[in-house]
Amino acid sequence: MRHILSVLMENESGALARLVGLFAQRGYNIDSLNVAPTDDESLSRLTLVTRGDEQVIEQITKQLNKLVEVVKVVDLSDGEHVERGLMLVKVRATGAQREEVKRSADIFRAQIIDVSPLTYTIMVTGDEGKLDAFIEALAGTTILEVARTGVSGVARGDKVLSL
Amino acid sequence: MSKSAQQPEMLSGGEMLCRALHDEGVEYVYGYPGGSVLHIYDALHQQSKIKHILVRHEQAATHMADAYARATGKAGVVLVTSGPGATNAITGIATAYMDSIPMVCITGQVMSHLIGGDAFQETDMVGLSRPVVKHNMQVKNPADIPAMIKKAFYIAESGRPGPVVIDIPKDMTMPNEKFPYAYPDRVKMRSYNPVKKGHSGQIRKAVNMIMQAKKPVVYAGGGVILGKASEQLTKFAKALNLPVTNTLMGLGGFPGTDPQFIGMLGMHGSYESNMAMHNADVIVCIGARLDDRCTNNTSKFCPDAKLIHIDIDPTSISKTVMADLPIVGPVRSVLTEMIEQIEQSSQSMDDEAIDQWWQQIEQWRARHGGRYRTDDSEKMKPQYVIETLHKVTQGDAYVCSDVGQHQMFAAQYYKFDKPNRWINSGGLGTMGFGLPAAMGVQLNFPEDHVFCVTGEGSIQMNIQELSTCKQYGLPVKILCLNNGYLGMVRQWQDMNYESRYSHSYLDSLPDFAKLAESYGHVGIVVNKAEELEDKLKEAMEIRDRVVFIDVRIDPEEHVYPMQVPNGSMCDMFLSKTERT
Repeated sequence: MRHILSVLMENESGALARLVGLFAQRGYNIDSLNVAPTDDESLSRLTLVTRGDEQVIEQITKQLNKLVEVVKVVDLSDGEHVERGLMLVKVRATGAQREEVKRSADIFRAQIIDVSPLTYTIMVTGDEGKLDAFIEALAGTTILEVARTGVSGVARGDKVLSL
Repeated sequence: MSKSAQQPEMLSGGEMLCRALHDEGVEYVYGYPGGSVLHIYDALHQQSKIKHILVRHEQAATHMADAYARATGKAGVVLVTSGPGATNAITGIATAYMDSIPMVCITGQVMSHLIGGDAFQETDMVGLSRPVVKHNMQVKNPADIPAMIKKAFYIAESGRPGPVVIDIPKDMTMPNEKFPYAYPDRVKMRSYNPVKKGHSGQIRKAVNMIMQAKKPVVYAGGGVILGKASEQLTKFAKALNLPVTNTLMGLGGFPGTDPQFIGMLGMHGSYESNMAMHNADVIVCIGARLDDRCTNNTSKFCPDAKLIHIDIDPTSISKTVMADLPIVGPVRSVLTEMIEQIEQSSQSMDDEAIDQWWQQIEQWRARHGGRYRTDDSEKMKPQYVIETLHKVTQGDAYVCSDVGQHQMFAAQYYKFDKPNRWINSGGLGTMGFGLPAAMGVQLNFPEDHVFCVTGEGSIQMNIQELSTCKQYGLPVKILCLNNGYLGMVRQWQDMNYESRYSHSYLDSLPDFAKLAESYGHVGIVVNKAEELEDKLKEAMEIRDRVVFIDVRIDPEEHVYPMQVPNGSMCDMFLSKTERT
């Protein structure tokens, strides 16, 4: 099963390497990873999508908590949450394709953020399903390049992950 | 920290390091100098509080520090240079990591501005050591050194202990750059707070579960020794008349000569302990991690048992075998609470069921009970050597083992009544551990008898340390069970590879006695069983020199019992001709 783990950790050199190393050493898998400092610069927030049965996810959570730099770990998939990723897609956009691509972008509430005579660069945000769907919607178009972040997420409502 | 109103003392990075170690209570540092740590070595030379032990190979320094920690519970300290110094230390750091031994390893590093440029003797020690340390850090500012040392000891010794590496670039220790020195009283970390106490509700449930058991077994590991809980374990087991088995790491945690002790469990565990485990209805696992050498095939592990698992490290719980009742906490505090609850409880055990259970265990004990064949060879049996060692030392020596058959024989036949006396590399299985370990113990316990039980394979992995023994006058006794083979490898080749001895024969062995004599030590060769006891006594009389006792044993002997691979706990070979 897919799980989204949110991790608060000390914003120190080597902390990320330690966390990623843990996944490699113990054979856990990382679907996507997203990390940046929070409003408190001494802390980084990392969102990680992984897969595994309950026992594996429990081990992953415990192992993460054991890392000396990790302050808190939450499995967002345990409750209601929102998740968003961001994707930049550069497509060939010439002739009739130009209008067609623009229409698809509008449907997905995507934005065209760069234009050249031959290409569009489109930015789209959403959960992983929506981003996948957008790629599929571009099936008739020549995709030149895709840059995609991992998802970031927070719990819905009053629940917060902070110190 | 001194409360004086005086100006703080100004010290260089190297001086701060020495001072901080002293303020932490360190007496000995084990190490080897080199380019990146020369400033530190110069600072060491100009003080007298910290004593440095110069080994002949960095791996030995780590094992000396490790064994000191195993014998005392306090972190041992290692100091090595960058590059090869650091990589040579890795095996010892990994050894400590696998057995949760507190250690602070200080590694030199090239100058900060050279890092990342493939400088001479540069290795990324923070990256290299990451998978085998509890934590590591690199000094970025010399003024941070005292706080980093404090933090390193705190992390190494608290919670589930482990090694911590501090990597120090050479420019952090410049002799002419001085900083105000103050050693912090304590460490506060928002991201690291080891648990101090178990959950009382869980503990109550556990006591209830144990009280209702008809076939209980206590399975206690190295956590009992690390957590200084052998007294509590003994009291707990005595209060309810529970059979106790120990892991390899847990030996001595419960008195080995006590009738309630049913031997070690697992791959080379006793027949009675593995049978008891397999047939148990409640297993109380205390400070052990159900590793593959203990459980055999986990899908066949103890089919009727409810598992109560007490450990300070939550990752150990339900990692290989799902616990029915987990308790996260220090074993000592959890056991103390359990004992209190048992004393106050209105419940009592089902005495009749427990009596029957003991009768069953005694039958198992009678069937095998640690016997070995003596009629199949004229040659000396390794088991007899260990039994004799136990006899002449009255079970009171420090036994530091290497890795292989001799290690298993020592574990099986030396009955440890006290914790911290059995010192061996359990998790990593590091050959070459024994001699430096014995040196580390002997240095810190000069009045005690310290034996290195080894084989002619293992001893040669750190035999250069005979020289260190000479330099520091460490009169360790080396008991070499010499069968001319890598015995455990040969055993597996006998059992699984139709006795094709692929590279398990050690040709060209030295004359160990003469080799020892060449360092000014004493060498003794024992060929006959009837000479052994006297020779061992003779060796023990020599209190000021190393004695290398080269004992020629039966090369055909195997370690039994041995669990059948992939079987359950109770599937065992009991001898070359019998299996369960």
